[in-house]
Amino acid sequence: MTASNDTLAAIAASRFGLGARPGELGQAAADPRGWLLAQVRPRATPPAELDGLAPGAEILGRFLAVRDERRAAKRAAARDTDPVQALGANLREVLLPHYLAQAAARTRIALSTSVPFRERLVQFWTNHFAVSADKPICLGTAGTLENEVIRPRVCGRFADLLGAVESHPAMITYLDNQQSVGPNSQLGTRANRRRAAPDVAKGKTGLNENLAREILELHTLGVDGGYAQSDVTSFAAVLTGWSIGGGQGRFAQGAPGSFQFRAALHEPGSKTVLGRRYTESGRGQGETVLADLAAHPSTARHLATKLARHFVADEPPPALVERLTHAYRASDGDLPAVYEALVRWDGAWAAAPQKYKTPVEFVYSSLRALEVLPKEQKALLAGFEVLGQRHYSPGSPAGWPDRAQDWDGADALMKRITWSVALADRVGESHAALATAQATLGPLAGEHTLSALARAASGSQALVLYLMSPEFQRR
Amino acid sequence: MASRRDFLRMGLGSGVALGLATLPGVSFAARASGDARLVVMILRGALDGLSLVPPFGDGDYAAARGPLAIGPPREPKGALDLDGFFGLHPALPQLYERWRARELIVVHATASPYRERSHFDGQNVLENGGDRPSGAASGWLNRALGALPSPRADGLALGQNVPLILRGPAPVGSWAPSLLPEVEPELVTRLRDLYSNDAPLAARLDEASRIGALVDEGGAPSGVAQQKMARAGNGARLRAIAETAGRMLAAADGPRVAVMDAGGWDTHAGEGGAEGQLAGRLRTLDEVLAALRGGLGDAWARSAVLVCTEFGRTVEVNGTRGTDHGTGAAALLVGGALAGGRVLADWPGLAPR
Repeated sequence: MTASNDTLAAIAASRFGLGARPGELGQAAADPRGWLLAQVRPRATPPAELDGLAPGAEILGRFLAVRDERRAAKRAAARDTDPVQALGANLREVLLPHYLAQAAARTRIALSTSVPFRERLVQFWTNHFAVSADKPICLGTAGTLENEVIRPRVCGRFADLLGAVESHPAMITYLDNQQSVGPNSQLGTRANRRRAAPDVAKGKTGLNENLAREILELHTLGVDGGYAQSDVTSFAAVLTGWSIGGGQGRFAQGAPGSFQFRAALHEPGSKTVLGRRYTESGRGQGETVLADLAAHPSTARHLATKLARHFVADEPPPALVERLTHAYRASDGDLPAVYEALVRWDGAWAAAPQKYKTPVEFVYSSLRALEVLPKEQKALLAGFEVLGQRHYSPGSPAGWPDRAQDWDGADALMKRITWSVALADRVGESHAALATAQATLGPLAGEHTLSALARAASGSQALVLYLMSPEFQRR
Repeated sequence: MASRRDFLRMGLGSGVALGLATLPGVSFAARASGDARLVVMILRGALDGLSLVPPFGDGDYAAARGPLAIGPPREPKGALDLDGFFGLHPALPQLYERWRARELIVVHATASPYRERSHFDGQNVLENGGDRPSGAASGWLNRALGALPSPRADGLALGQNVPLILRGPAPVGSWAPSLLPEVEPELVTRLRDLYSNDAPLAARLDEASRIGALVDEGGAPSGVAQQKMARAGNGARLRAIAETAGRMLAAADGPRVAVMDAGGWDTHAGEGGAEGQLAGRLRTLDEVLAALRGGLGDAWARSAVLVCTEFGRTVEVNGTRGTDHGTGAAALLVGGALAGGRVLADWPGLAPR
């Protein structure tokens, strides 16, 4: 049986988009696949919601300046005070407005965009390259990785995306790479001069494996992608010197808060990663390794699996993973080619929903369906906090999990209900739940649900039942 | 030092789930009336066992750990002496009281079967109870619940969602303090009808209603108190959750096992010693365990708490005054149901090999 275009349009909007706004299904119905593919053409102007946000380098530069001041003031008093604890409230006050402005802009884009498939992909890649704002140094910059690096490259080549992400100050500082020093580098061998380098903790200097490990495990090959601890260590040595600008005295170098390759921290010589010997010098060595990682078959499979899991099913069909892996390799990692393979795979269009919405997906789709766009920052962001998925705060470099079992707890369900009640109270009786259901779920709304809406005790109760219906909770 | 080998042979997971009593070296104290309670606390991020339980008696310890080393008990801010060789971190004074009451067992130089260095895979092994990250889709604690004589809703996850360790066929609930008002019973009835063709959502709704009743029974924190709880800083929030959970567990028909987790243990940089980053987190842990005991009240006498982490950290201090991912870790068992006061370890020594 072939599904009608109305059904396909509803699937396109809920499974691939961010949930339909009233009117959206009509736009998609003529050619649901074409409607999605038109959204992932390489060129796009940045959303106007981003106007006025401060650049990440500026925010990080300000962070470093304030921190240096505070450290200098404290140096005499408490030698042992941990730098992270010493940040205190002031620094948070400097950064928090940036975080809130970025989170609010992201939410406004998601609620009003007419290219929701593209926006979902932006947030998919942000989660793939997770930087968590709950690390103090990243509070102001976590969102800038999305806006400055991911948005412009979401419809380009993965290799370009990877290279830009790993050299962005947000990622460098999230995974501590500015502190990683080659043991035989100029700095590593001159023990007495290290204190003035930016963000190099006093004491012994050496390698920090964090960034190298997470690139291999999470960003490229995947945990079973065929690398060993020795690859992590030598890749960490390759990446020494990938740092940020700023610093004091003779270590002052580059624009504060911007990416800066610091040759004095770089471990000299050739290194072997995944069996290949890299003889380049300086920054180029890391760039070459990253390019090879982007082209690695394990990376193709890892990314294909994550995309298929995100869009289609918690346990992605092997045939789909094969197909996306092939599309990635055949196109030299061209992301739109992979997106097209996904959209053109018939199995992705089954009417029965396979995915339970994450809190973010639930909040976006609810507010889009009801056409609610709160003006105040606080109201705009409250839902994400109470439902357990605050923007840019997955708490781990692995990002938010992407399976129903991670989100379908009993308590989580109760919180969705209470949040829906509050939302329905807010929009009042003006919304006809039945009409909203038909305009946003189309033929996907089942008889049982429609009759429950019709029998509801009040208009706002009908809205709650709609938002909490099985058809709306899944996609 | 008691032998740890038999302990490990049993499999830490399955042994604990069966009620601890089957483990050599871990036995219950005189059995209190009423059925037992088990709380598993997962410290995500790989807690540094050499700081949690410093082996100050090991001649290589102070040199290997340099600025991170905890001094011997006679020094100011030194370790709290356990047996003249091992100590507790000085930020754990209330836990030390449990040691003196013979309610604490320390398991040191221990590890799950996992030998790689990924947090996420390491946690999967710790929770699925197998020997591989993808070994089982359910958690060992859930499977253990299924093996209890009268399976009922016995498991409680303290959070909005259920972590792997407690996922599986046995019904479990979850609870976290709410920022939002309660749901009208009439709406719940309608939702139950709405979910009549949807088994997973119907099951979640039933679990939520049942847990809601338990929270009420245990002297539910008011809506305002819950909102305060949900908004509090990390330490205060965890303490409040632990105390409420203790009361829920203490109820006669309360859950028999509960799982709580806390993150922030991945100390790659600026770990600190007797004071500093890790010490602050351990202080919170000490308070959370005390709050849990307070909530359990009389039921503490028939309770055990397992504190564990996915793997250990390197003996060697890294270039940023922290430690990197390693293998050997420490775990704690504490509770009135335990015959404690012992450190279980086949201590391998800290000398480089």
